[in-house]
Amino acid sequence: MRSIINGAPAGSAPAGRHNGSFGLPVTMSSAAAFLLGIRALLPMLLGVAPFGVIYGVVALQSGIPPLAAFLMSSLVFAGSAQFLLAQLVGAGAPALLMVGAVGLINLRHALYSASVAPVLAPLPRRWKLLLSYLLTDEAYAAAIPHLLAEPRSPQAHWTLFGAGFALWFGWQLATLAGVLAGSQLPAGLGLDFALPLTFIAIVVPLIDSRARLAAALVAGTVAVVLAALPYKTGLFVAALAGLAAGALMQKSARQ
Amino acid sequence: MSWLPLWLACGLLTFLIRYSFIALEGRYRPPGWFVRGLPFVPIAALTAIVVPELLLITGQVELGANNPRFWAGLVAIAVAAGRKNTLLTIASGFAALWLFNWLH
Repeated sequence: MRSIINGAPAGSAPAGRHNGSFGLPVTMSSAAAFLLGIRALLPMLLGVAPFGVIYGVVALQSGIPPLAAFLMSSLVFAGSAQFLLAQLVGAGAPALLMVGAVGLINLRHALYSASVAPVLAPLPRRWKLLLSYLLTDEAYAAAIPHLLAEPRSPQAHWTLFGAGFALWFGWQLATLAGVLAGSQLPAGLGLDFALPLTFIAIVVPLIDSRARLAAALVAGTVAVVLAALPYKTGLFVAALAGLAAGALMQKSARQ
Repeated sequence: MSWLPLWLACGLLTFLIRYSFIALEGRYRPPGWFVRGLPFVPIAALTAIVVPELLLITGQVELGANNPRFWAGLVAIAVAAGRKNTLLTIASGFAALWLFNWLH
């Protein structure tokens, strides 16, 4: 799960077909823009596919039936949130807390929503609904150089659709493979360690300022101190404390 | 446990988060404190999940040789800081975990 919250896309822009800068040729057809999105996303599937397989295995080990584990990939369609949900199911957490935890994890997608909103504004609502469903870390990272390019192709939304579709399809296949292979793999490998490792891979590159470091340190410390609270409720308090610490520190640094 | 309603609730919430600003474009400007806080959300939320996973064994802080996840986590953090490569971070973390488990 590459992350682009700082604004610099982690995915490399595809070579060629450039109109001077990053922009698509303004005359590009919708089909060509769609294929460009698929090509921009394909390298990221190298990282996403093993992650999807591991999700399938972890979900089965948490006691989720195979069909339910697979359906989560299209109904929720959010890798890190699916991992967390599987873990919380295994821990026997109440449903309301699970929904809240998923919302907290996925709140970062509001950033991407705000980022692409001006580009999608002229489109009909069915396009906005479709592209919102497909708006993941990877699709955003792959498509954003084309979406924000000047001059922008009127077909640029097809590039986001292509990237989103490629990730969706790859994710379905990978989680299906994990669900099918899950019962064959030994439990002693500690595959659930993929969740903290993935989050480390997302968070560490984001920590590029003292305010962000403060947010991480406060959130991590409070989470450990409050770990004994039932059903991981300490997680919420810790995240809010880290959020507040980061925002306050940034505010005081500006004044 | 009824999976379908839970999955649907989580999926709907995820969708609404992704749709939020796309739906509201041009009609609503979020308050400044909300916009300032958003960049810290992933850092705070994900770190709150990771740190207890690394430090705690059955509710107790364990930083010794009997907590391979702590040491493997440190390896992963170092790799993530140096290379910023998702796949490499996950692979090195697993390699370190299996190595420490094998040595222990």
